[in-house]
Amino acid sequence: MAQIKSLEELRRLRERVERDISTRRDTGTTIIVGMGTCGIASGARETMRAILEEVRRRDMDVNVTTVGCIGMCNKEPLVDIEQAGKPRVSYGNITPDMAPRLIEEHLVNGQVVEEWVVGRLQEDE
Amino acid sequence: MRELSHHVLDLLENSLAAGATLVTLRIDEDTEKDLLVIEVQDDGRGMDAEMQKRALDPFFTTRTTRHVGLGLPLLMAAAERCDGGLELESDVGKGTRVKAWFVWEHIDRAPLGDMIGTLLGALLASHSNWDLVFAHRVDGDTFGLDTRELRETLGDVPLSHPAVRQWLEEYLQQGYAELYAKQRA
Repeated sequence: MAQIKSLEELRRLRERVERDISTRRDTGTTIIVGMGTCGIASGARETMRAILEEVRRRDMDVNVTTVGCIGMCNKEPLVDIEQAGKPRVSYGNITPDMAPRLIEEHLVNGQVVEEWVVGRLQEDE
Repeated sequence: MRELSHHVLDLLENSLAAGATLVTLRIDEDTEKDLLVIEVQDDGRGMDAEMQKRALDPFFTTRTTRHVGLGLPLLMAAAERCDGGLELESDVGKGTRVKAWFVWEHIDRAPLGDMIGTLLGALLASHSNWDLVFAHRVDGDTFGLDTRELRETLGDVPLSHPAVRQWLEEYLQQGYAELYAKQRA
């Protein structure tokens, strides 16, 4: 297994990203996927992979993170999008096939996909 | 849950919800013994005897957001359907160990499925101060990962950093491709 080579790769990668990490904190976008039992059983892991795939395809600089049950189990898979300076938007029942449109409209065009929204959270709340 | 790897992700999420800082995941496929074992051990807050009993009851959960828990009972039912079983060992303040085993060739055994997605789902958890030691053995060959080693290499750069995430995904794909290539050879 090419493990030693891979760790060396990781070390070089660290040197490269350490330089831009401070700027990211200010302008970052984070996509949060609910990954409790309810989310997993509704396909949240598959939705997460579709999101990762779309983000990679577009070569976008976006954080993707998972959280446990957030309490709207009947609307899983739940995906929240958080962008600096904007209210956090929660989307419900997001299946993998919806990921490309979600990312294109919300992140590329800056348009919230209203029909899929289940909640909003102001930044200062 | 359609795949055993969905259960694996659920177990890892349980450990994180219990405040674990070190989680060990072992998957052992032994075709000679016709056995598949999934074992997760954590150093989370643990459960007392009463709570352990209730954890295997489909109508119990520790979460406050909703009042029905299903994760462990679902896994136990899946294992028992495949002539396997589930073992739960837990100590308050020390941690929890869950071991589930299945007859590998059993007709009702769900496929392991997308382990890469499961590992990414856990590694990208917002809960950041924890480590995963993972080993998946298929007969004689093992693929593994230790996030302590990765963090040491990465310093202050988090595992969830987009560039690191991409590296992780490729690393897992490569590791699994090699593990299963050996089986086909």
